[in-house]
Amino acid sequence: MNAILDAIRWFFHGQQWHGTDGIPHRLTEHLWYSGLAFAITVLIALPVGLLLGHVRRGRAASFFGFSVIASANGARALPTLGLLILAVLVTSSSLVPTLIPLIVLAIPPVLVNAYTGVQQVEPGLRDAAEGMGMTGTQVLWRVEAPMALPLVLLGLRTAAIQIVSTATIAAYVGLGGLGRFIVDGLKRQEYSSTAGGALLVILLAFLIQFVFALLRRVAVSPGLRRTS
Amino acid sequence: MSAHLAPLLPGGGLGTGGGLASGRALAVGDDGEPLVRWDWIGRNSDIITQHLNDHLVLSIVPVLLGLAVSLPVGLLCARYRWLYAPVVGLTSVLYAIPAIALFVVLVAFTGLTRTTVIIPLTLYTLSVLVPAVVDGMDSVPEHVRQAATAMGFGTLRRLVQVELPIAVPVVMAGLRVATVSNISLVSVGALIGVGGLGELFTDGFNRDFTTPIVVGIALIIALALVADVLLLLVQRLLTPWARAGSNARTARRAVRAELTEPEEAAL
Repeated sequence: MNAILDAIRWFFHGQQWHGTDGIPHRLTEHLWYSGLAFAITVLIALPVGLLLGHVRRGRAASFFGFSVIASANGARALPTLGLLILAVLVTSSSLVPTLIPLIVLAIPPVLVNAYTGVQQVEPGLRDAAEGMGMTGTQVLWRVEAPMALPLVLLGLRTAAIQIVSTATIAAYVGLGGLGRFIVDGLKRQEYSSTAGGALLVILLAFLIQFVFALLRRVAVSPGLRRTS
Repeated sequence: MSAHLAPLLPGGGLGTGGGLASGRALAVGDDGEPLVRWDWIGRNSDIITQHLNDHLVLSIVPVLLGLAVSLPVGLLCARYRWLYAPVVGLTSVLYAIPAIALFVVLVAFTGLTRTTVIIPLTLYTLSVLVPAVVDGMDSVPEHVRQAATAMGFGTLRRLVQVELPIAVPVVMAGLRVATVSNISLVSVGALIGVGGLGELFTDGFNRDFTTPIVVGIALIIALALVADVLLLLVQRLLTPWARAGSNARTARRAVRAELTEPEEAAL
């Protein structure tokens, strides 16, 4: 318990609140890397997932769907730390190669959930939308996407949490951010810094969960919320 | 449990260097170094095997512990529904905590031991398995339950002989997810010196030497694949009726036909 108290004391120590090794700077770094990786992930995975789910007809589409889900299951087996270290050693530079594993590991949850979400929309609803004269794009945007939203948000949340935690580990290979407190603390045997960094990371993870819970409440149609 | 595991601990303390230090002379670290030096693998097979064993223990013990806890918890949640929301809320909050953060917080209480890695992985397993057990119990059709009762099955006998077997596929799906992600997560423990094959990563990084890293990644993926296939086999053995009469392919075809039918009608 003492260790936790130390971490809390560390947290409120004035020294921690300014300079390049201060909490505000490290937090900004962490949010910047994670935000960048998250934005790129969403730009790649969300449109592909929604489209794959929308175009369900035909052998090719079902083959794609199968491989999307299989690759997502396979991605779970990839060891983050190993990929990060390998990327940094092979390219011998720091920022860009570190972002690549972050993105690669975050794509599957977004892709799979968007795909499954759209694909699971009841065929009857789709038929009704088409019967009302909606074009394919309209069906996707006005019917399928809103109905898939709970799953899409779940995928985005998983990806965001995954990115934030992988970015923490990335401090080991030299990336800035909150992980620095943990890695440097372990190296210097300053446990208060390590535990303080861990507390900050945990708070950030909780914050992300809270934001997504809020988003779900605001964005998901009330009719869908009642059933799920 | 810990008494049984203790002899397997590699020397105690931060085990990153240790036996691998002997390989230090091999690391040239110059540019033009190949990605994999095949001869290194042969010369260090002892260390690799030891890390592999550690890795197996560190990833399988949490799955077993998680299963042992989540079965009763899941069954309770399936029976007393009001329990489910708070339990799932708690486990999903725990699931969101990055492993490295949990590891270093636990170091204060359990030190640089295997327990420090096993506890968080057990919690992650719980957050996958408790919902899986509840979903599995939900997958039991109501008429089957009623038929069992009508045949004079008591609650316990119905649970063991009817409901749990029907829940097996759903529970196994969760078990596979938990096992595979544990196998890859163990390597993060290398940052506190207890990481099984993950220690090959930190070792390679310290010496600017890619071979152990590639070996570690390859072995972890292979381990995950083998575990996944084994669990699938166990599932097949536990659910012989899934194969009886119609094999998997015709079943899948039936499902596909069911899925595509309304669309074709729309055409």
